[in-house]
Amino acid sequence: MSLRPAITDLEMLKEHPAVACLLANLPSSIEAAKFDRDEMSLYVVRSSIREACALLRDHSSCRFNFLSDVTAVDWYPSEPRFEVIYHLLSIPQKERVRLKVRLGGAGPSLDSVTSIWPAANFFEREVYDLFGIRFLAHPYLRRIQMPENWEGHPLRKDYPVEGYR
Amino acid sequence: MPELAPIPVLDAGQDRTMILNMGPQHPSTHGVLRVILEIDGETVLRIMPDIGYLHTGIEKTCEAKFYQQVVPLTDRIDYLCPLTNNLCYCLAVEKLLDLDIPPKAQWMRVLLNELTRINSHLVWLGTHALDLGAMTVFLYCFREREDILRLFEAVSGQRMMTSYFRIGGLALEPPLDFLGRVRDFARRFPAKVDEYENLLTANPIWLMRTKGVARLTAEDAVALGASGPTLRASGVDFDLRRDMPYSSYEQFRFEVPVAQEGDVFARYICRVRELRESNKIVEQALAGMPEGPIKAEAPKVVLPDREKMKTQMEALIYHFKIITEGFSVPAGEVYQAVESPRGEMGYYVVSDGTAKPYRVHMRAACLANLQALPAMCEGRLIADVVAAIGSIDIVLGEIDR
Repeated sequence: MSLRPAITDLEMLKEHPAVACLLANLPSSIEAAKFDRDEMSLYVVRSSIREACALLRDHSSCRFNFLSDVTAVDWYPSEPRFEVIYHLLSIPQKERVRLKVRLGGAGPSLDSVTSIWPAANFFEREVYDLFGIRFLAHPYLRRIQMPENWEGHPLRKDYPVEGYR
Repeated sequence: MPELAPIPVLDAGQDRTMILNMGPQHPSTHGVLRVILEIDGETVLRIMPDIGYLHTGIEKTCEAKFYQQVVPLTDRIDYLCPLTNNLCYCLAVEKLLDLDIPPKAQWMRVLLNELTRINSHLVWLGTHALDLGAMTVFLYCFREREDILRLFEAVSGQRMMTSYFRIGGLALEPPLDFLGRVRDFARRFPAKVDEYENLLTANPIWLMRTKGVARLTAEDAVALGASGPTLRASGVDFDLRRDMPYSSYEQFRFEVPVAQEGDVFARYICRVRELRESNKIVEQALAGMPEGPIKAEAPKVVLPDREKMKTQMEALIYHFKIITEGFSVPAGEVYQAVESPRGEMGYYVVSDGTAKPYRVHMRAACLANLQALPAMCEGRLIADVVAAIGSIDIVLGEIDR
């Protein structure tokens, strides 16, 4: 078991198509990057997630045309508390990239990417349901797994695991 | 056979339409799917799936378990392909740990995964045909499925909730006659697929119910996140086993069935051909099964053999420590995707360096495939909805988790 340390220097990661594409066309959108265990993660500024996704989907150098997954992680009690995570896949290039957006704990919200990939619809509803993160301009942001009248968001770390709520 | 023209959407006023609930107890919804239909006569104007009836909070439960205790939970997510779930989770944690898995374990995993695919496709074929009125196929499919379940029982002690793959390898050495029994099955199986095809592929009623029904274009399929046979039946040639191989799939030769039409029949043909391809992979795995250990060389992660535990002090200590306090996993995050019978199954595992996963998230292939249902069904008849739901092969356990 000898893990290679993660590469976080943006200069060293410029060759990855997603990094190159975003640096060339939307340099203000990247906060940081991490290459760990053969997987590329890009931290994207909250306000430019939709632009970044549209660029990555359409740009001829990367063509991340398939949204595999949207999910979130709660880092309670540290701040920024939430990370929303997008897993993109490029079917023509057989490449993956992970986009991350950090969100503060008070009233977390960000732009929906349903206009770019309709696939995001259910995924974002699930994140809203289980984490309480609002997606702006989502066509139908309602609870999906839990009952409509449920209180709280179960996957938050401060949500009790046992006993009565 | 004349091509069925699509039924035009009627421009109905408010008073012409009616809301109809299908499910969650409807037999053709394969579990507890509820579909809300807005209909004008027999024509579906709008369709909205409503899910969550089987939500058990497995993702939350995982956060309270040791890494090795999560394996049995994964069986219960997509209960038609437990071994694929096991594999995906184990691969993700092994990637976090940077473990090397011995070749025999990898090949056994491939072998069992393809048997699982056959098993899952048999359930799909049987129930899908039953939905559309062909009862015999169901009986035939479950006859062969029974053989596979017996194989799973022989190897893991369980018919369905196998939990046979462990982090670092396999749980047990397979029984001595196991490979022989699989060989016997693989030899008989192609003739059985011919039998199913004899019943369906040229059957006029089957063709009427499936050809041109519930079309999905390639653009829609990609945009809606559809994967697996649902995607390939729309003409997108993508299979994770071939294109982003894992667990030594790169050493196997197989074809990826693709169809262009994107209708229910195309999805049927893709899956039936996959049955044959999976059988080929099983035969290759049998022919080239390597010798050697079935567990990785990592005493702090993998439980020691029973014999070692009784004779060596270190092995006993490691066993005690793994069982009582688990093993810590270096901090980091991993997304591992495998080709499940239904499409891209992904496990996103986040570690904070402790013995329990900080977050486990499952990317359910069915959840995304289900989103394609409105694109398939709107403007068509109610009876086609049943065909469409069957053709995307949904498992509600995976959708709701």
